[in-house]
Amino acid sequence: MSAVVAEHDDHHDHHDHGPAKGLLRWIITTNHKDIGTLYLLFALAMFFVGGAMAMVIRAELFEPGMQFVNPQFFNSMTTMHALVMVFGAVMPAFVGLANWMIPMMIGAPDMALPRMNNMSFWMLVAGVLLLASTLFMEGGAPASGWTLYPPLVLQTGKALPFAIFSVHLLGISSIMGAINIIATIFNMRAPGMTLMKMPMFVWTWLITAFLLIAIMPVFAGAVTMLLTDRFFDTSFFDAAGGGDPVLYQHIFWFFGHPEVYVMILPTFGVASTIIPVFARKPLFGYSSMVYATAAIAFLSFIVWAHHMFTVGMPIAGELYFMYATMLIAIPTGVKVFNWTATMWKGSMTFETPMLFSIAFVVLFTMGGFTGLMMSVAPVDFQYHDTYFIVAHFHYTLVPASVFILMAAGYFWLPKWTGHMYDERIGRLHFWLSVISVNVLFFPQHFLGLAGMPRRIPDYAVQFADWNMISSIGGFIFGVSQLLFLYIVIDTIKGGTGEKVTAEVWEEAAKHSLEWTLPSPPPYHSFTTPPTVIPTEHI
Amino acid sequence: MKEGVTQKNAKLVRILVFVVLGMFGFGYALVPLYDVLCEVTGLNGKVESSAIKEVSYEVDKNREITVEFMTSLNEATPMVFRSEINKLKVHPGEYYTVNFYAENKTDKVMVARAIPSISPGAVAEFFKKTECFCFSEQTFKAREGRTMPVRFVVNPELPEKYKTITLAYTFFDNTETSVKK
Repeated sequence: MSAVVAEHDDHHDHHDHGPAKGLLRWIITTNHKDIGTLYLLFALAMFFVGGAMAMVIRAELFEPGMQFVNPQFFNSMTTMHALVMVFGAVMPAFVGLANWMIPMMIGAPDMALPRMNNMSFWMLVAGVLLLASTLFMEGGAPASGWTLYPPLVLQTGKALPFAIFSVHLLGISSIMGAINIIATIFNMRAPGMTLMKMPMFVWTWLITAFLLIAIMPVFAGAVTMLLTDRFFDTSFFDAAGGGDPVLYQHIFWFFGHPEVYVMILPTFGVASTIIPVFARKPLFGYSSMVYATAAIAFLSFIVWAHHMFTVGMPIAGELYFMYATMLIAIPTGVKVFNWTATMWKGSMTFETPMLFSIAFVVLFTMGGFTGLMMSVAPVDFQYHDTYFIVAHFHYTLVPASVFILMAAGYFWLPKWTGHMYDERIGRLHFWLSVISVNVLFFPQHFLGLAGMPRRIPDYAVQFADWNMISSIGGFIFGVSQLLFLYIVIDTIKGGTGEKVTAEVWEEAAKHSLEWTLPSPPPYHSFTTPPTVIPTEHI
Repeated sequence: MKEGVTQKNAKLVRILVFVVLGMFGFGYALVPLYDVLCEVTGLNGKVESSAIKEVSYEVDKNREITVEFMTSLNEATPMVFRSEINKLKVHPGEYYTVNFYAENKTDKVMVARAIPSISPGAVAEFFKKTECFCFSEQTFKAREGRTMPVRFVVNPELPEKYKTITLAYTFFDNTETSVKK
């Protein structure tokens, strides 16, 4: 029937009688639901750790002049905030969703490789702890920005090898997660669940997983070159030995550009899952969504040098990377059009998951437009390394990926826990978030256009007003997220006490298989494959 | 059926692990590929790192190009480094020699290397050097100062639009790494 059951024939008792007792359950578990929960809770914790670092940054930038921290620590904060949010919060959160939802969506009893699943989670924890430990080392945590450009990054103190090994661990963890997801989707689908009947979330994760196994090894190679440059006298990036620091940027962004799609493609998948349910219509243009996702993934490999327009590329290179980058707007536009068309004339209701999803469509589109502005090579010289790029990628990550993760939380928490969250607090959380996130990031466009560089602890006085407004928005946004923490804890404990049905949301079972299971689903679900495959989403 | 899925998983994992290892190798392969691609497409502004043979060109007396010389030191390299002249008007096709002066400010032997750069980058392939102190590492005795020549020619095929060429050198202190080797 399945690899899972087959593999566990030798220790029957564990798998046939629900979870192990006590804390050890969480350490040794190979159950996809348990591991999904671990990933999601870990990501939530890291969201607050990375958020606290962002609060340090915004507090320092509240006024011109040096306030609270020294410049070295400030730069450590920008670096660590990015690394923690990317590798500790957003990516693990989506892996958590994949663990919970993919087996239930394709009618599989578990992930294909449950033990590797456990290992990849604990390697993630080890990697993040190793990274966090650099904060307490002589010379401080890495302060070169998350891109770790040489020669600057080679000036990091004792922390450098630890940061590099932590990147290795995080990379191995992601690769194992990706292999597991590919194996699950290829080999574990229920009979009748053809590839083109899979929910969009599964599709986007399949493509993301392929991106991950293609790029994480390249990044691991790049940081290994940094390591040998520093300690073993190689000269990959060292000009004195005939190397070239620009080479690092090429290798890094060969990883880095697909990496940003690793964070956004599953976001697209969740949005494509939630919007049809609350619009009470099938997803508009299912197959075009699949092809657009694949097109974006392919294009992500051939546009990397648009991050490097100012390094001194020949005009032919600038033109190529400019036009190739602009092409990405087409499949992305297809997606935005499809979401809008899904809502068009739908019987929409505006529960919290839908509110976050609609905000995602609007605000992600804005982030996309600023991206399109920066794809124009000649004008990018003005925007490069200013607060304009900071505003751009935060628009594509916070009110996009993070909002959709919130939406996913509200959407599936009742399914996971069997309890309903408090809709009033959910909406309060939404409105506080959507207003404050714009107060936080919109002024940064103005700052960037006016010439304020990124990664600096102090600035000229003409930037004072918008920085203060941005910081105020940041503090409100940060505090608002505590509401989400409250809701998660409250819902796990019982929520409103309202009894939730298997479907939770009206007619959700027509869209996807997880809604045919009881809420909460049994510890082992789909031990016999489902017979009816929902097709409403197609 | 049970066996079937386990075997299929194992096979798929083998393939994917192979892909991962391949991509790790590809990361390293990018290092030479990057040079090859730049060479094939002529996209880079890299400067030749070895001397070329002196060939005679037809000197274009009607054209005059300004060549500027820049010198700098990497980080805290303890040296004095300057060119004897800051700029020179040259005719394409004619050979010129410009002297640079470098001095070791320490009381120890120093091994240093100068890394050249030419801008605009597209000019690099037209700027030929028959002699340069940058082609190899230079060893300076304690407190030694030395005058070193650079002999160059601008290929007359240089497109008309280029009027100024900047030649920049940065000296790196390689004593530590060279001693280890």
